Amino acid sequence: MKNKKLVPIGLIVGFANGLFGAGGGTLLVPALQKFMKFETHKSHATALAVILPLSVISAIIYTWGADADWKIISLVSAGGVCGGVIGAKILNKLAAWWLNILFGLFLAVGAVRMLFA
Amino acid sequence: MWIWYVIIGFASGIVSGMGIGGGAILIPALTIFLDISQQKAQNINLLYYIPTALIALRVHKKEGNIEKKGLLPLILLAIPGTIAGALIAVNIDANYLRKGFAIFLLCMAIYELKKGYEKWKTRHSKDLNPASKAQIPTKKSESM
Repeated sequence: MKNKKLVPIGLIVGFANGLFGAGGGTLLVPALQKFMKFETHKSHATALAVILPLSVISAIIYTWGADADWKIISLVSAGGVCGGVIGAKILNKLAAWWLNILFGLFLAVGAVRMLFA
Repeated sequence: MWIWYVIIGFASGIVSGMGIGGGAILIPALTIFLDISQQKAQNINLLYYIPTALIALRVHKKEGNIEKKGLLPLILLAIPGTIAGALIAVNIDANYLRKGFAIFLLCMAIYELKKGYEKWKTRHSKDLNPASKAQIPTKKSESM
């Protein structure tokens, strides 16, 4: 019963992550909570694990034939790794509603900027 | 300036590590402030995500936050979708992709804010608000 729901979730999450190069986790977190009844913090952590192999596949397709700027990628990744540890450590210290509000605000700011910039 | 890439990566990394969508910061920041094309920014996000998620996942695994149930089927099911999405992305106009991405973010933002507000209204003992605990002294302790 629950497993059948994995099919549309998987396909849609994969498609979004491939198309937008991001946002698969954004869809997956609420889907895991709503359809798989995962607890909020576990949904966030598990979404990271699902998106990782998808990002590897998408990255190969994106990088294939394109001129990837490895200097920028290394710099952004260096910052990302440091931030990633901090983010993972503070996840458990935040209440669930805080996560939703923070997440929503980040998304809204990004969306508005991209629509009107 | 190279330091901006590190700062943007760092800020996005915190958000990515929490599993709340670092790409939503990284991609707009790269396209708006550093004038990088949509496809290129998406590519950077995908590549940056690999080491960032790996290191964050180690922390999450130690804290027992990874749910293994359904993990593998979910990944396998998502792979064809990912390939289709990525192939479309590398072949369409950057402007369309950018607007589509923005609308996608906006829909998710509304959903998340609504849910956060609902949860905030029905806060329970796990919340970090001391006032709410003080008012309900006989609250059941939550088993973790």
